[in-house]
Amino acid sequence: MADFLTEYLAIILFLGISAALGLVLLVLPFVVAPVNPDAEKLSAYECGFNAFDDARMKFDVRFYLVSILFIIFDLEVAFLFPWAITLGDIGLFGFWSMMVFLGILTIGFIYEWKKGALEWE
Amino acid sequence: MLIAIAFYLFAAITIAAAVMVVASRNPVHSVLFLILAFFSAAGLFMLAGAEFLALILIVVYVGAVAVLFLFVVMMLDIDIAELRQGVLDYVPLGALIGIIMLIEISMALGVWAFAPEAGGAVASPWPDAVSKITNTEAIGHVLYSQFIYVFQASGLVLLVAMIGAIVLTLRDRPGVRRQSVAAQVGRRREDGVELKDVKPGQGL
Amino acid sequence: MILYDALSGWLGNEWAWLISNVVSILLFIVVLLVMIAYILLADRKIWAAVMLRRGPNVVGAFGLLQSFADLLKFVFKESVIPAGANKGVFLLAPLITVTLALGAWAVVPIDKGWVFADINVGILYIFAISSLGVYGIIMGGWASNSKYPFLGSLRSAAQMVSYEVSIGLVIITVLLWAGSLNLTEIVEQQRVHGWNVFTLLFPMFIIFFISALAETNRPPFDLPEAESELVAGYQVEYSSTPYLLFMLGEYVSIVLMCAMTTILFLGGWLPPLNIGFLNAVPGVIWFVIKVWMVFFMFAMVKTIVPRYRYDQLMRLGWKVFLPVSLLWVILVAGYLVTTGSFPVPVGVH
Repeated sequence: MADFLTEYLAIILFLGISAALGLVLLVLPFVVAPVNPDAEKLSAYECGFNAFDDARMKFDVRFYLVSILFIIFDLEVAFLFPWAITLGDIGLFGFWSMMVFLGILTIGFIYEWKKGALEWE
Repeated sequence: MLIAIAFYLFAAITIAAAVMVVASRNPVHSVLFLILAFFSAAGLFMLAGAEFLALILIVVYVGAVAVLFLFVVMMLDIDIAELRQGVLDYVPLGALIGIIMLIEISMALGVWAFAPEAGGAVASPWPDAVSKITNTEAIGHVLYSQFIYVFQASGLVLLVAMIGAIVLTLRDRPGVRRQSVAAQVGRRREDGVELKDVKPGQGL
Repeated sequence: MILYDALSGWLGNEWAWLISNVVSILLFIVVLLVMIAYILLADRKIWAAVMLRRGPNVVGAFGLLQSFADLLKFVFKESVIPAGANKGVFLLAPLITVTLALGAWAVVPIDKGWVFADINVGILYIFAISSLGVYGIIMGGWASNSKYPFLGSLRSAAQMVSYEVSIGLVIITVLLWAGSLNLTEIVEQQRVHGWNVFTLLFPMFIIFFISALAETNRPPFDLPEAESELVAGYQVEYSSTPYLLFMLGEYVSIVLMCAMTTILFLGGWLPPLNIGFLNAVPGVIWFVIKVWMVFFMFAMVKTIVPRYRYDQLMRLGWKVFLPVSLLWVILVAGYLVTTGSFPVPVGVH
């Protein structure tokens, strides 16, 4: 088996043990603690009022915009990772290549700043 | 042996999860199955030795794209039953498109041949035990110089995506009072405070 | 390792690997959780001390057993699942939170070679895991089917996502400096040219620290669970151990962020000065001391700084940290290219 895959097997083992630990804690109160639900206890908390309507409502489109912008910047960071550790090998050409890339994205960043996409009220 | 078992396990989970994405009744469950499919695809990448790509797949697709999907599906109160109403009407059309795509894909694969320069691409730095070059470095060595046009084009695609998202979603709300830090910091004592010398017994 | 050698003789290598790993992982998690029990206590004690209170002091001497008493109390409470909730997702959310928070520790080296999985892309793994942390919160907030959790999870998702960008860019500057994605290599590089915090990267240390506060929903960025407006945000409907798991996950990731600050900027397990008797102290002790010091800063910020307003929070993330860290990436890269002082691999593998 390839050497580095053993390391990932250790990670999977680690995740598995953490999940098992969490699961044990999650199940424990159903075993040792009292369970006697009633209608009031199970209703959604709303400062003592009865809930008016379903809690899942439409909300401001800005939250979608933020997560779309996040995807774009996340991709930008993803492109930066290999660049950051090979900068010494790819030299000046690689450096300027990335500067052009970042420049293009900076144009977009300035655009969204000027458009007010980063404003919250 | 172990790798082969792991491969078939991941492959089976990927396909099963992908089927469940389409088949499950609740859209939230669909997205959760999609995430499972991403994870097992990352596992497949890992088995192929592409650890950087596997983790980037998780960072970008699970950590960002699927979050957006979950956002949209959870927060737009979609009435599931209503969506399911007319599904059967679309079956003939959907099946037709599916069949056409299948034919197209098989035609494309039928005439598949390796380009003569493909061998040259494989010869670029490849992670192996001898050169001690990691996967990430191998990508870094070629992406920014050899494949510069593709790289810059992806930058342009991101720019278009950014502008498109803003054009489509941004609505100006009139009458919103925003905080201006410069105005707050730039405020001097003289602007806000005035000292009046009031003589005793006279009032203002 | 000792266990592996002892077992490999009569069980075969695979089983020996499995058993020795399971035992050491369990041991590590237990030690980590005990440390977190005291970190929690320290958090409350520091908070109390700044307010001239005593903090928990009843259970055990000086309240030293308080966290364990809390654990027992959580376990013996009734676990309430609201009637309107989506049961599977409701219970899955805290499980995911705690699994991810603990799972990130698999690649964290606490001393040279003391790491479960010494992968080439360690920092990327941490980045991936922390970008998944938002799932527990969104799923918990949605599954509760209640208004406060819903609003809390919305805020939290947008907040975590915003600060992750600057964390990513800060990590890039450190990578430029270290020339590797491997966490052990990043620390060993600091043996060569000093702790990163004392170099050109100092502003990045500050941005990383503040972003870490935002990423873990600590005050002053605790808007998702702001008590005074959203009661407790996405945790409102949770009780008993599901709540405990959220709480635990939060503190585990806080300590993880302290450990990452230590590794990326404060030289990990390296002693503060390269002097004989300081080098004699085991690295893991330096590591734990540094983690505690960073956590002390976390706790002090919690007691002293008032909560941000949401628009201020978003402005800080997108309009201050993002451009500054992007500029710094260019600056550091430009410095390296012009002076040609690229990091030379120290070869820890």
